[in-house]
Amino acid sequence: MSRKLEFIVIAIILIFAAQFFYMSSTTHAEYGGADDKPAGVIDQITGGAYKPIAKPIWQPPSDEIESLLFGLQAATGAIIIGYFLGYYRAKNNFESDFGIQKDKKLQRDEKIQT
Amino acid sequence: MHIMEGFLPVFWCLVWFAVSIPVVVFGVYKMNKLVSKKREILPILAVAGAFIFVLSSLKMPSVTGSCSHPTGTGVGAIIFGPAITAVLGTIVLIFQALFLAHGGLTTLGANVFSMGIVGPVVSYLIYKAGMKAKINFYFIVFLAAAFGDWATYITTSTELAFAFPAGGILNFVGFFSSFSKFLEVFAITQIPLAIIEGAVSALLFKYVIEVKSDILVEMNVLTESLVRKIRGLAT
Repeated sequence: MSRKLEFIVIAIILIFAAQFFYMSSTTHAEYGGADDKPAGVIDQITGGAYKPIAKPIWQPPSDEIESLLFGLQAATGAIIIGYFLGYYRAKNNFESDFGIQKDKKLQRDEKIQT
Repeated sequence: MHIMEGFLPVFWCLVWFAVSIPVVVFGVYKMNKLVSKKREILPILAVAGAFIFVLSSLKMPSVTGSCSHPTGTGVGAIIFGPAITAVLGTIVLIFQALFLAHGGLTTLGANVFSMGIVGPVVSYLIYKAGMKAKINFYFIVFLAAAFGDWATYITTSTELAFAFPAGGILNFVGFFSSFSKFLEVFAITQIPLAIIEGAVSALLFKYVIEVKSDILVEMNVLTESLVRKIRGLAT
């Protein structure tokens, strides 16, 4: 199996990381959330006249709790993805080990390749 | 792209709910029909939803010195179409509004419209056009996911500019001046993140093709011969 795509993705992530290290060491950027910025822009446009019509029913009491919840969200998703991809991979391996015919033509081609 | 709780006037909250609700209802209908007909797609549906879960929780630092997050809707849009992806996006947005004070219930309609509807529709159209043009499949996924991500943020800017045009409602010039200000916040910040989202989406597709390509054939995402070509098998 070719790993070309993996290398490309790693390269893109490395470029992104390099950009971050460079930017954060040369500038005093705050790295605040872009989602919070429109509030300031709205204030500027309306001259501070706009008052939010509602408040969140519950807010994480601290940044730590908030990052905990975001971490949980990412972990939950990652488990689901990893579980099913791993499940199918192992299933395919077992099926070919025990000679269960899934798709005869596909299997034959895979054998030729390896 | 999450418009914060309360940061849209009542009128615009209602407008975006009115636009989004029919799409989500249609998506639920389509999803039920699909799942009852083909139960074997459920795990892949879960993976597509989980991908949105992961990517939309990752706030990453961008070139502009602020943080934003990808949306992850491209994969769902390509496999299941925009309507079902809108349902998946809505679930994530409700979770974030309730437990993370990220986005909000009043702005849910607007956020569903940008992340759950416009993004996936753009992804889907790019995927369809790319398949017609017969370019490399992973490159199609990259383009679809990246531009879907970007379209989501442009939509958010548009929604905010409609609600807060400089110099009063229905002011055409004012709309564009506000639009450019909101774009300033979102558009450039999002470019590197959209590229990462495109790359990671392509990678997820590679693994789905490796382990469960028959579902993609069944969902008419790829043809059998294309799967063989991508996996480097003889046709």
